[in-house]
Amino acid sequence: MSAQLVQFLLAGLTLGAIYALVALGFAIIYNASHVINFAQGEFVMIGGMAATAFVDSGLPLPLAALAAVAAATLVGFLLEKLAVEPARNASVVTLIIITIGASILLRGLASLVWDKKIHSLPAFSGEAPIAIGGATLLPQTLWVLGATLVTVAALWWFFNRTLTGKAILAVSHNPLAARLMGISVRRVLLVSFGLSAALGALAGILIAPISFTSWDIGVMLGLKGFAAAILGGLGSGPGAIAGGLALGLIEALGAGYLSSAYKDVFAFVIILAALVFLPNGLAGKRAAERV
Amino acid sequence: MSRKGFAAFALIVVLLPLALTNNYTYEVAILVGLNAIVCVGLNLLIGYAGQISLGHAGFFGLGAYGSAILAARYGWPPLAALAAAIAAVSLVAWIIGKPVLRLKGHYLAMATLGLGIIVSVVLSTEDRVTGGPDGMAVPPLALAGFVLQGEKLWYWIVAAVLLATVWLALNLIDSPRGRAWRALHGSEVAAGAIGIDPARHKLSAFVLSAALAALAGALTAHYSGFITPSKASFLHSIELVTMVVFGGMASTFGAVVGAAILTTLPQLLTMFKEYEMVMLGAVMMLTMIFMPQGLVPTLEKALAAARRKPQ
Repeated sequence: MSAQLVQFLLAGLTLGAIYALVALGFAIIYNASHVINFAQGEFVMIGGMAATAFVDSGLPLPLAALAAVAAATLVGFLLEKLAVEPARNASVVTLIIITIGASILLRGLASLVWDKKIHSLPAFSGEAPIAIGGATLLPQTLWVLGATLVTVAALWWFFNRTLTGKAILAVSHNPLAARLMGISVRRVLLVSFGLSAALGALAGILIAPISFTSWDIGVMLGLKGFAAAILGGLGSGPGAIAGGLALGLIEALGAGYLSSAYKDVFAFVIILAALVFLPNGLAGKRAAERV
Repeated sequence: MSRKGFAAFALIVVLLPLALTNNYTYEVAILVGLNAIVCVGLNLLIGYAGQISLGHAGFFGLGAYGSAILAARYGWPPLAALAAAIAAVSLVAWIIGKPVLRLKGHYLAMATLGLGIIVSVVLSTEDRVTGGPDGMAVPPLALAGFVLQGEKLWYWIVAAVLLATVWLALNLIDSPRGRAWRALHGSEVAAGAIGIDPARHKLSAFVLSAALAALAGALTAHYSGFITPSKASFLHSIELVTMVVFGGMASTFGAVVGAAILTTLPQLLTMFKEYEMVMLGAVMMLTMIFMPQGLVPTLEKALAAARRKPQ
């Protein structure tokens, strides 16, 4: 393998891990509520921006990161309580507009609370590049990949081994039956929005030392995370991870070998092709319509 | 078609210039009209046929840039350029619509969103043809050697096109095609079972709404003499859908009212420039939470209830 290819693959994996975290957020909320949360990208922005603000105000990095995740989780709770729950029975279009409205509102608030400048976090453990087969690897890349792996493992444990996680899965399969078993659907909704927000914020903090952060990064990250979630089949956890990694690799290779000006387009070309040829996603099941 | 409704609407459009005191108010009225043309078309697709599109700004941008490039770079007469751009966008919508409209719900939202983003990135990247992110100058429309310029003249041009669009929409809605659209919205399987071809009817709503977006885009470009890729952006697509849903889905006058309010509001709020995004987001959320039917249908319902129960 040429050093250039290794370099592109590493960049793709890093990006893909971030997209995977965002896509997992989409999948968790979609499973619990059948809502596509178009404000998912704003959690990434809030994570990065809040962490830089906390670091600037003197907090040590680990504490700042923790506080930023907590802040985003709180925003996730508020979004569910104030915007999604009152419109529970609205149509798909209505819910799309509500969450897009929320994303515009959050972006506007971020530009007021913080500013419209570009910020960056210090790398977690130095900037000295590590050489692998002629390519260079930033220590932060290892942080991104490692933290994503740990998160995915923790999520697996949460959904398969804890009562709350199993309750969320039960609601995603059949809300009515879950309620009959004594599961509070409202609490499940709240937890899934908080969890998704935390995942998004984590992604935003991990990537901030590499690609910087600003008030408006949420739009593209959110849309690509949505594309990754769809590519993997809406609502599928492993699918979201695979979709995210695939999109990241495609984007890095496309930007490297074809055209860097069109790097934002590759994801959407692939998703269009996938939708046209595999209308239910890579891992999705065929659904029948009820009349 | 409700003749009374259309007559009242036409009367408002004809009398409105009495309230327009200067060039600026004319300009806002023209912008409202241009957005209303897109929204009436988009409402046929979203409100009647029940198919979402988060990428209609793409068609708006293609119409604007198509007409602008043919006129500015290739020396076409602007009217011919405008007609060619609309025809080309309709063809593009027809070709794309065939595979994309098989998708439903969130998948359709994703596909149309992707199309819109691809168009907007291409427009801002191919700078040798489009002028890139800074935009390009567009020659004015001309008819038989007479250059169409000035706010007052443009008001009547846009008013005429808008009235024609509304008239077309109102007639279509009550035609067999419009009934087919509404049947599709209710249930695709049930519509198919009574002999409505879902693919064909979805496609006709999609192509018509794309053509109207392209028409409004081309008119906007020639009217303002300048066009930037932001007109094709995801945010503009969202603004258009919000106008339709805010005014009221499946209500042609709702689409016009939505376009009027959401186009005028930012003009009124310019003193709160920093808060513009916060307010736009809040308006979108609050109306959808408290009036999921949209403004006009909610008012109509309230009015009907008040009539039934005289105090």
